[in-house]
Amino acid sequence: MPVNFMPTPQELFRFAPEMLLTLVATIIMVLEPLSGADGKRKFAVISFLSLAAAIALSVAAAGDPGAAFSSMIVVDGFSTFFRILVMVAGVLTILISTNYLRMEEHESGEYYALVLFSIVGQCIMVSANELIMLFIGLECSSIASYVLAGFLRDDKRNNESALKYFLLGSFATAFLLYGVAWIYGTTGYTNLSEIRRVLLDPNSNQNMVVISAATALMFVGFAFKVSAAPFQMWAPDVYQGAPAPVTAFMSVGPKAAAFAMFLRVLMTAFEPVKDRWEPLLWTSALATMVIGNFAALRQTNIKRLLAYSSIAHAGYIMVALTAHSDIGTAAAMFYLASYTFMNIGAFAVVTYIARKGERHVEIQDLAGLSQRRPVVAAMLTIFLLSLTGIPLTAGFFGKFYIFKAALDANMVWLAVLGMLNSAVAAYYYLRLIVVMYMQAPSDEMEELPAPSVGIQAAMFAAAAATVFLGVFPSVVLDYAGKSASFIR
Amino acid sequence: MLETVFFYAFAALTLAGAILTVTMRSAVHCAIALISSLAGVAGLYLLQHAEFLFAVQIVLYIGGVMVLFLFVIMLVNLDAAARERQFHRHWLAALACLAGTGALVALFLTRGAESFKLGAPAAEAAPGAGNIETLSMLLFREYLVPFELASLLLLVAIVGGVMMAKKRI
Repeated sequence: MPVNFMPTPQELFRFAPEMLLTLVATIIMVLEPLSGADGKRKFAVISFLSLAAAIALSVAAAGDPGAAFSSMIVVDGFSTFFRILVMVAGVLTILISTNYLRMEEHESGEYYALVLFSIVGQCIMVSANELIMLFIGLECSSIASYVLAGFLRDDKRNNESALKYFLLGSFATAFLLYGVAWIYGTTGYTNLSEIRRVLLDPNSNQNMVVISAATALMFVGFAFKVSAAPFQMWAPDVYQGAPAPVTAFMSVGPKAAAFAMFLRVLMTAFEPVKDRWEPLLWTSALATMVIGNFAALRQTNIKRLLAYSSIAHAGYIMVALTAHSDIGTAAAMFYLASYTFMNIGAFAVVTYIARKGERHVEIQDLAGLSQRRPVVAAMLTIFLLSLTGIPLTAGFFGKFYIFKAALDANMVWLAVLGMLNSAVAAYYYLRLIVVMYMQAPSDEMEELPAPSVGIQAAMFAAAAATVFLGVFPSVVLDYAGKSASFIR
Repeated sequence: MLETVFFYAFAALTLAGAILTVTMRSAVHCAIALISSLAGVAGLYLLQHAEFLFAVQIVLYIGGVMVLFLFVIMLVNLDAAARERQFHRHWLAALACLAGTGALVALFLTRGAESFKLGAPAAEAAPGAGNIETLSMLLFREYLVPFELASLLLLVAIVGGVMMAKKRI
């Protein structure tokens, strides 16, 4: 079979965002030793600009959709959506990181380079049409996240977080890789479309036991990366221990990318064997929602609470995956977009409240925030209301479309249990709001300095996006609905 | 027939090495047991006519990675760790897990036993061309992009390793 050796300009253009970000990240590392201790701020600016340029390139590449490099990657509406989403998450992360790093006296170019490398990995994950590419992208993103989780090396919590994340993460990836090997062994392909073709072929006489076992092995890897039950145990410890801006990043970027590849693998490659994985997903979705929500009720640490809440949200998205329909895919895409904004926004506030050494991350540290910093309190209220799923915020429509997809797929019980779960979630989100507005600040609380420009920008942008998606959901939803059919 | 004998010999070597790797107390012994396990895998590759993987397994894993392991073990003081009381005190739980997993695997094997066959190889070897040539054609044409991206992955890992190991950069 003749395969063109040289990439065409068209192919390079489709892969341009990843190439740009890799190049910039490498340049940052070269420039890093040449810059003085005070000159680190420019790396944040460079990363910010390169991400903006990469977003523009992704939009431009979307005008010419198609596969590239022997169908290794595919640029379609779906991958463009997630590419832009992870890059926006990266931009917001950089905004909340700069001041934090300066405060912790750890500002360095490597941080930004690693964030960019992680985003490159995520972009590869969401556009990969091949299990090998998917694996490499996942590892790029994960290894960069492991290091970011332990970025403040002198901090014990950071070290614990990074070590746990690394050990468990490598173990989960091994499962994924083992599943890929089984799939290759039984179908002879690693390309997602080819696997689908083989599975649909009535003459291929595939062994369902091997296929199901391979799917189950891959499910272990995916479920770990999206922190779905029963592989969610790492998330609270890692999220609590990592630096707050990194937690913000980890809880949205890698998660959105992992869900994107989860969706693509399930809907493209394994759609023909959906009877096999549907019960698995059903159970996992329900367990994830229940464990996340009920464990969050008892937390006193805000970062840990948000970690459990992020597990619960993974459960809601799993409900949309279980529906395995175009509506379900679109609902998951919309939910991930709104989740990105509300979660990064909430973590931006946590980063601000935590201050040096992250000494103020208990719920009681929020007491009287409405009197001390009314604007910040109002912003956090918007994010928490959206996480709860109150109308006029993005979270409401996110949940609405997910449960609608579940009902359309005749999964009435899953939808009902999911809605009951979100009622439980209201308790712990609203408790934070009560502490902020109803409790007076205690006297020994230190002065809370005004938030930095970066945190302010991230907070306002995230709040604006949350409200915008809550009032005009159709803008994103229409696009998601159109691109959902691409991965079939 | 002879192949079957060799297969079982190599498989036994692999498994025995793997078990010894996790049960030996001294880190150096563990590393040597791991070498024998990797050598067993290399033998299995050879039986499958994957000469390239066989060579890579010997040169990279046994030659390169394991020597690095031994260097690290030499440099890091592990005597204290060897004297520590070890963690595995949950014999009952471990046995229960093992029995459960074993039952699942047995069920899985008995129910799917009649249909264990693998798909046709993706790429037929060209007549006269060896396994290595086919592999290089695939690796440097169709799979060139993943091949190059693997170098990016290694770069990230190196940066990460340096970041984690150095006190101050």
